Amino acid sequence: MMRIILFLGALLLAAAAQAQLTIDITTSGGRQIPIAIAPLAGESAQPQSVSAVVSADLSRTGLFRLIDTTALNPIPTEPSEVNFGDWSARSADALVIGRIEPQADGRVEVRFRLFDVAKQSQLASYTYLVTTAQLRATAHRIADVIYEKLTGDKGAFSTKIAYVVKRGTRYELQVADADGFNSQSVFASNEPIMSPAWSPDGSRLAYVSFDQKKPIVMVQNLAQGSTRPLAAFRGNNSAPAWSPDGRTLAVALSKDGLTQIYRMPSTGGSNPERLTNSAGIDTQPAYSPDGQWIAFTSDRGGSPQIYKMPAAGGPAQRLTFEGSYNVGPRFSPDGRFIVYVQRDGGRYRIASLELSTGQVQVLTDGTFDDSPSYAPNGKMILYEAQVGGHGQLAAVSGDGRVRQRLSSSAGDIQDPAWGPMPTN
Amino acid sequence: MKHIALAAVVAVALGLAGCAKDTSEAKIEDRNPPAQQQQPRTQDSTAGRATPQDQSRVSGNELTDPNSPLSKRSVYFDFDSNEVKDQYRGLLQAHARYIADHRDARVRIEGNTDERGSREYNLALGQRRAEAVKRIMTVMGADGARIETISYGEEKPKSAGHDETAWAENRRADIRYAGE
Repeated sequence: MMRIILFLGALLLAAAAQAQLTIDITTSGGRQIPIAIAPLAGESAQPQSVSAVVSADLSRTGLFRLIDTTALNPIPTEPSEVNFGDWSARSADALVIGRIEPQADGRVEVRFRLFDVAKQSQLASYTYLVTTAQLRATAHRIADVIYEKLTGDKGAFSTKIAYVVKRGTRYELQVADADGFNSQSVFASNEPIMSPAWSPDGSRLAYVSFDQKKPIVMVQNLAQGSTRPLAAFRGNNSAPAWSPDGRTLAVALSKDGLTQIYRMPSTGGSNPERLTNSAGIDTQPAYSPDGQWIAFTSDRGGSPQIYKMPAAGGPAQRLTFEGSYNVGPRFSPDGRFIVYVQRDGGRYRIASLELSTGQVQVLTDGTFDDSPSYAPNGKMILYEAQVGGHGQLAAVSGDGRVRQRLSSSAGDIQDPAWGPMPTN
Repeated sequence: MKHIALAAVVAVALGLAGCAKDTSEAKIEDRNPPAQQQQPRTQDSTAGRATPQDQSRVSGNELTDPNSPLSKRSVYFDFDSNEVKDQYRGLLQAHARYIADHRDARVRIEGNTDERGSREYNLALGQRRAEAVKRIMTVMGADGARIETISYGEEKPKSAGHDETAWAENRRADIRYAGE
């Protein structure tokens, strides 16, 4: 029994290490907030460095510049130990200090404080009582607080991402922390997997499986691991999209001949309601955050473009007018933008359309960029890029200034989907 | 295009070799000379059953017999196109006739695209290619109720390369019969 547990444990560790994403950042222009994140007193005795994870989270946004805190001696852990003049001299605008104290029951108390260096004032002070296994998650929560206090926007460091890993003919749907750590395999198959889509409450993943030798939409409950087919009609079943209340899914079905958009209850059903009725391809539905509209891809006009229609179906309005290939729309969380894939001169890149003005901005400069997915705070867009013939994940900020490349030795990574804000 | 030509050359070569080796087979072939493909297939099967040692070569294996156009299963497409070119009409005619003659035949047409572009839109493009092939076959007499069309989009490429040669190979609809 012991040997089996150790063996499984080693397998899990190996899988996690192998699938870990390493992240490179490039930024162009824009002001970065210089922040000093001091090591937390007592964290060197813990299995996980909290300050390292907080630093990596903030640095990854491209909005912060880390001030060196490695040669600090002694490490300040209480406000009385802070010399603000020192930190001003080091060009820090913000300072983070804290401590980790083991408790009698084996848990640890993690305390941190955030200071405005120029004003010499405290911006935040929080204490968490957690297990050592929760140290990484706690660091992400701390990063969320710091990010929100200093930028005014909600942090997305405690979120998850889903993506498909392809290794030879082996496909795995994985869920990992937003920084690529702690990847778990949700579904594995020798047939392709596509289009993972998070339910709005983060409890379920819809995806397309080719296990039945044709595309079928499955829904998996992540906590229970249970899975059931949602749409397995004649022909193709794909492109699942959840309504904001989680009760409905729009899907692309070819059961009546050509690919069209239907909707069905998330609990399943045998009578999907048809929403589009064109002589072309209608696919890739995406609900607006207020649930009122569905944006989608259609080539009813001769070339694939982005349209929107009322969520219950109805007359469609064309949204894209530049170029001959604009597909795969996704709304920003505030509903003001749509990101999509645009082909220009043979290159496929991610572009952003501002709905109120019709203004288009091309955000990426790859050759085969696909599958854009917004972070739930609307600040970054995760997508699939081809690097050297292999799929890798990348991310770009909504204004195009910050770029991330997430590399993995695990295999081809494709079809990313950024999960929702945690509900707790 | 060159794949079809090559397959045809191979088929002819095998056909000639077959005639030379098997004299009892040659008797059956006389009734249905290889050049004439209008002879109904049922005559072949009847003849096959009459001489048991030939049964394995004639009945039940038409779909995989390299002599037969039925063993060719692929229609290739131009970029961004689902137009079925004239060169495939003979092939589709043969399959349509087979499906019409064999009431228990169930067919799946699988559409594919090259890797360029969005995955989900490619799934629909592959579907449209499969539908185009099905439409022609139903016009030619095949029962559409026994033909399912599905797509693999860009997910199951036959050629793993990233150049036009590979892409051309992957822009394809394949005809598969149930039980294969």
